[in-house]
Amino acid sequence: MATEAQGSEGGLAFHPLDQFIVEPLFGGEGPIHWYTITNVTLWLAIAVLVIIAVFIFGTRGRAVVPSRSQSIAEVLYGFTYKMVEDVAGKDAIKFFPYIFTLFMFILVSNYLGLVPMSFATTSHIAVTGLLAITVFLSVTIIGFVKNGAGFLGLFWVSSAPLVLRPVLAIIELISYFVRPVSHSIRLGGNIMAGHAVMKVFAGFAAIAAISPVAVLSITAIYGLEMLVAGVQAYVFTILTVVYLKDALHPSH
Amino acid sequence: MASGTELTADAAQGAADLAHEAGSGGMPQLDFGTFPNQIFWLLVALVVIFLVLSRVALPRIAAVLAERQGTITNDIAAAEELKQKAVAAEEAYNQALAEARTEAGRIVAEAKAEIQAGLDKAIAAAEAEIAAKSAESEAAIGEIRAGAVDSVKAVAKDTAKEILGVFGTKADSKAITAAVTARMKG
Repeated sequence: MATEAQGSEGGLAFHPLDQFIVEPLFGGEGPIHWYTITNVTLWLAIAVLVIIAVFIFGTRGRAVVPSRSQSIAEVLYGFTYKMVEDVAGKDAIKFFPYIFTLFMFILVSNYLGLVPMSFATTSHIAVTGLLAITVFLSVTIIGFVKNGAGFLGLFWVSSAPLVLRPVLAIIELISYFVRPVSHSIRLGGNIMAGHAVMKVFAGFAAIAAISPVAVLSITAIYGLEMLVAGVQAYVFTILTVVYLKDALHPSH
Repeated sequence: MASGTELTADAAQGAADLAHEAGSGGMPQLDFGTFPNQIFWLLVALVVIFLVLSRVALPRIAAVLAERQGTITNDIAAAEELKQKAVAAEEAYNQALAEARTEAGRIVAEAKAEIQAGLDKAIAAAEAEIAAKSAESEAAIGEIRAGAVDSVKAVAKDTAKEILGVFGTKADSKAITAAVTARMKG
């Protein structure tokens, strides 16, 4: 590509967003159909394999005294189970497998995205958006199925003065429909921004005078991104659980 | 219809490429041409993860956790039982110790009493012997004393007879004896 040629000439070349380009894995620059095997496909598949490795091969011993990988699986299980139970209550436990799937996918994808030269699937709004919309639709349907019209009580703040209630209802309604937007952009934006910033610093590393600073900065930001990857997976999951709680117990 | 969407996708891809090459920093995230691809593979991945987790992994982990909980509960119960046993054993030991102490005390008292009795008997026997010996001695002393008095009488009579013989008086044996006896009493 032209930009790459320019970069190799020795000038400063910043392409912090190139890492997010979706490309076919085989057959060069062909068109991307829905079934085309792309780098997205590859890294989604790796995420699936990692999850299988930890949760199927890691736990195959079924040991009462767990091995290391079994401990990881158990800690994640216990952590998520407790979170669902504490936040959304006992009747939310039957949604635990869905929430656990979501959490594991985001957690593993976030950390896989931090592997050098990898592709961060969770940095794409298509991925996080689909997750958020799925959560939004599921939670809304669960809310209406469980509570019928009573689910609309979520928007009617009965503890507020009567005059304020219609106003609050409009605000609540807007905030409810903004949920999937903030939910998806929070995750995608965080991951994308972190990776882009690292690439920018990597670009600065081409200048000898500031390359030590740039390398140190990349190291520091990488550490921060390790934190962000875990925290954002957790935030996405706990928000899902909170939305689920609203659907199961809509009264304020 | 399909070719139409493809065309649109291609157009979007082309536009994105164009934007990218122009250096305007077009975000690959907003390249809608790749959305069907990402969404399709994401759904595949999620379904696989869900099936793997819900069918195999989660029931297995739940079973392991339940088993561990059971084992821990059992172990705690066993430990509690052993503790009770230890307490009982300690009590039995203490009781045995107390019994042994009482027994020892009794034996010591018995031995003391026995020794005391033996001692008393020996003391009594010794005292009796001493009393007998002293009585015997007293008798002997009495005998000696009596013997001495008789001897003194005899000597006194003989002396008196001799003295009277020197003075030329024929001593009357009877009168001398009476006089000596009277003097001896005095």
